[in-house]
Amino acid sequence: MSFMAFQGSIELGIIYAIMALGVFLSFRTLNFPDLTVDGSFVTGAAFSAIFCVGGYPELGLAVALLAGGLAGCVTALMHTKLEIQPLLAGILVMLGLYSVNLKIMGTRANIPLINKTTVFSLLDGTPLEEYAQLLIPLAILIILLLLLFLFLKTKFGFALRATGDNAQMVRALGVNTDTTILVGMALSNALVALAGALLAQYQSFTDIGMGIGMVVIGLASVIIGEVVFGTRSLMRRLVAVTLGAMLYRMIIAVALEMGMPATDLKLVSATLVALALAMPVIRKKAGYYKRKMTAQGFSQGGK
Amino acid sequence: MVKIESITKIFDPGTTTEKLAIDNISLSLDAGEFVTIIGGNGAGKSTLLNCIAGVYELDAGRIEIGGADMTFWPEYKRSRHIGRVFQDPLQGTAFDMTIEENLAIAYAKGKPQGLRRGITKTDMQLFRERLTLLDLGLEDRMKQKVGTLSGGQRQALTLLMATMVEPQLLLLDEHTASLDPGMAKQVLFLTRELVEKQHLCTLMVTHNMKDALEYGSRTIMMHEGRIIMDIKGQDRQNMTVELLVKQFGSRSGMELDNDRLLLI
Repeated sequence: MSFMAFQGSIELGIIYAIMALGVFLSFRTLNFPDLTVDGSFVTGAAFSAIFCVGGYPELGLAVALLAGGLAGCVTALMHTKLEIQPLLAGILVMLGLYSVNLKIMGTRANIPLINKTTVFSLLDGTPLEEYAQLLIPLAILIILLLLLFLFLKTKFGFALRATGDNAQMVRALGVNTDTTILVGMALSNALVALAGALLAQYQSFTDIGMGIGMVVIGLASVIIGEVVFGTRSLMRRLVAVTLGAMLYRMIIAVALEMGMPATDLKLVSATLVALALAMPVIRKKAGYYKRKMTAQGFSQGGK
Repeated sequence: MVKIESITKIFDPGTTTEKLAIDNISLSLDAGEFVTIIGGNGAGKSTLLNCIAGVYELDAGRIEIGGADMTFWPEYKRSRHIGRVFQDPLQGTAFDMTIEENLAIAYAKGKPQGLRRGITKTDMQLFRERLTLLDLGLEDRMKQKVGTLSGGQRQALTLLMATMVEPQLLLLDEHTASLDPGMAKQVLFLTRELVEKQHLCTLMVTHNMKDALEYGSRTIMMHEGRIIMDIKGQDRQNMTVELLVKQFGSRSGMELDNDRLLLI
């Protein structure tokens, strides 16, 4: 891989890592398969773009964070208060967000940000100017990672983590699981929207379709991270998720460089995640098949 | 201490599977009273506990615990005054979290949750002391995930968690039924120890007739959502397992049909 491509995938990986942390929070910590992500990612990018056009790129990130949190709240409330299944609640909010996102973008499907001031201009004029696209997302990622870690180690954080493990137990210990789910989903989608907002400014455009498959990319990052870097402690898990996101970007970069058409990207992502999810079953079946073959071999050999 | 007045629970009302699970039950418990509950399959024992805990909403009646009318309180809010241990050892703990983290959640019960540190040094000291009481060596494994514990160890831990913040009522739903006999005995001893020490008001469902008479101070027999026998004091002391089975036959007009029932 060329150095340019390598640096690019690291930069993108850092931005996607923020989203992967959000996906980790819903899928793993809350055990809530949340498809809101595909919508809230674009919501973040949409706000980011219009605030950038208006000349307030930093404010765009903050508004994205809030808007994403709000989207997560809607999904959480649909599940906890109206008892709609998590998957369906997520799909409904994702669908609704498509229209909302178009509204935010002023009914345009695409907002270019060429020659606009972005958060990456913050380091202009300093010796670090050249590395702004690496350093700014990295600083945000590290701060968020530490904050998330500290949060999950608080009393409320414990209750939130236990909700995904065993909601019944959490209720039996006097905590309202509706609240833990609400807060967890809000945080998750806030992170996702922030990642979308950063990506918009990084690539200098927002597109209404840029969220398609985000949840799969997030999940791929989580799974790759878990398999490659382990799940022993909470800190390790969080770091694993972020490294997983970078590794995923690198795999994609290598595949693209080897001549894979960019249009095949989604198919490859879907296949990767399907394989990773199926791995335990494939291993089990392979073991069973092997035993069966050996057993039959023995009985036939005895005849 | 605990006042249950004419409660009724109907499952799937208005359908062909409609079932009257709790039929106008009233029950009063004095402070520190330890009641064992026995009965056949589908007698409503677990449903009664779930109605008290707030898992199911009542169709009629009221529930008062420690002077507070909890009839319309949600489950999580009632839980601040009620300790619970379930039959399934997996149900009482969070498997992917450490022993000390589980204890910390239990210890935070009824206190403002907030963003304070999950476990402090003093908490750790307290957890260690409490775990030592279990005599299972868990005090040296506090940083291990609960998923690595055996069923019995988990039930002992759940029991400790349920009583960590002194509850006004302890609900035990066949909490030794899925343990091997040795471990079941150990968990029962521990139950008695904790209940007596804290003088806890307790309802314990059991499928073991002998345990029902041996533990606690009062025994209730249920059948088809009603209480058909309620004994304590001298009557209970004179009671034997054979007599209990006979009593069931004459009071319900049926044979005892709990397929997990242990008579010895």
